[in-house]
Amino acid sequence: MAYRWKNTLSSQDVTPEAAFLSRRTLIGAALAGLGLAGAGLPADAESLTPNTWEDITRYNNYYEFGTDKGDPARNARMLTVAPWTVRIDGLVDRPGDYAFDEIMRVMTIEERIYRFRCVEAWSMVVPWNGFELADLLALAGVQPGAKYVAFETVLRADEMPGVRYRVLDWPYVEGLRLDEARHPLTIMATGIYGRDIPAQNGAPLRLVVPWKYGFKSIKSVVRITLTDKEPPTSWNKANAREYGFYSNVNPEVDHPRWSQATERQIGGGLFSPRKPTLMFNGYGDEVAGLYAGMDLVKNF
Amino acid sequence: MWAERINGLIRQVPVWAIWLFYGAPSVWLFYLGLTGGLGAEPIKALERELGKIALQLLIIGLSITPLRQYVGVNLIRFRRAFGLLAFFYVCLHLLVWLVLDVQAPARIWTEIVKRPYVMVGFTAFLLMIPLALTSNTWSVRRLGPSWRRLHRLTYVVAVLGAVHFLWLVKGFQIEPLIYLAVILGLIGLRWRPLGQSRRV
Repeated sequence: MAYRWKNTLSSQDVTPEAAFLSRRTLIGAALAGLGLAGAGLPADAESLTPNTWEDITRYNNYYEFGTDKGDPARNARMLTVAPWTVRIDGLVDRPGDYAFDEIMRVMTIEERIYRFRCVEAWSMVVPWNGFELADLLALAGVQPGAKYVAFETVLRADEMPGVRYRVLDWPYVEGLRLDEARHPLTIMATGIYGRDIPAQNGAPLRLVVPWKYGFKSIKSVVRITLTDKEPPTSWNKANAREYGFYSNVNPEVDHPRWSQATERQIGGGLFSPRKPTLMFNGYGDEVAGLYAGMDLVKNF
Repeated sequence: MWAERINGLIRQVPVWAIWLFYGAPSVWLFYLGLTGGLGAEPIKALERELGKIALQLLIIGLSITPLRQYVGVNLIRFRRAFGLLAFFYVCLHLLVWLVLDVQAPARIWTEIVKRPYVMVGFTAFLLMIPLALTSNTWSVRRLGPSWRRLHRLTYVVAVLGAVHFLWLVKGFQIEPLIYLAVILGLIGLRWRPLGQSRRV
């Protein structure tokens, strides 16, 4: 089920030129087929150039390595990322420990250039490499009774200096509804810019759900559990008033302590302008249907 | 006596040296911000650093009396400079927030009113204005004993500043708690049980 979604963000910086040109040709052909030749890329593609490798890998929140944005880049090298196994359990046909190398052997890795919007009102554009979570779930065989997917980050006190402080109730846990987890946009990222994902970004594999605030995209996953109940999530446990289970990017629902109406893209320097935050982080066409009929103020 | 010796050394330090030493980081931080030295998000980094220096200066100001009373080291000559420098950094912090961070004038008032942590920080700034205005020698003479009462507002300002910091971070973080604990400790040192003589 790979390649269910095509990048709308595009840049020669990201993709080797040959691949870029062939994709352009494909898009061009598709557009020509629809009688839309010449329509080109979305008008805002220009402003959505991916952030640099340096920005993406040196400005991180990964509280297990410290609460400063630079702490993960400084401390995460302590994390052993190989060998790595992911336990998949709960309501699945083939529960067990899945070796990372084995997962990589059977998954189709593709590039996804996504907007990334942090709940702290900053954003980036990241060229991820990874595979669809749906494919990994299919590997384990989801049973009919499953409604939610719970995720857990690795917890190693000797490799993660930040866990000495109970900033959060470790280990970090997250969750998605099963339909969110199976959505074509939802991926497990294993790389950035075609390179192995660095530890500070969640090596060796981390969730990426581009229409939700960044903290939903849990890093360094060691466990995936299929359940029939809404699983607990770390930030919601820490402060239920401020962080809901859904945490979809929504410019109309403010964080109790700050506005979510605008964001600042990282990398713009000292005079970087704010820009309006988009509903579902700009992925409304793809995901709004998941929440049809739901009160998004109540289910924030 | 080592305290005497330290006081002797302190007397050699001119007040302008304090201004220079603690004023320089403001210029340096702006330079770093412009040249990429503050990382990928220089606006937040600059805002945070300026705020933290202001808190540190308030802490230095609050430790002058206890240092004299408990250790015998006398830094009273520099207290005005530390207080005014703290105000200077709070002003820069506020300006960076207004001009570089929030940007749109329409959003500024909403932010102040709607965000409790902004309100707390802004209140601390407002309370510092009368303190800065009355920091000159003429005002000290003119106001007499009420000058001292007025300047006890510093305690309120410092606590509000630390609460502002604690309130804006995500999760249960250590750094703002340390600032708050130090400030409360320094204020606590001034507290005397009823009946004992009180010197400020």
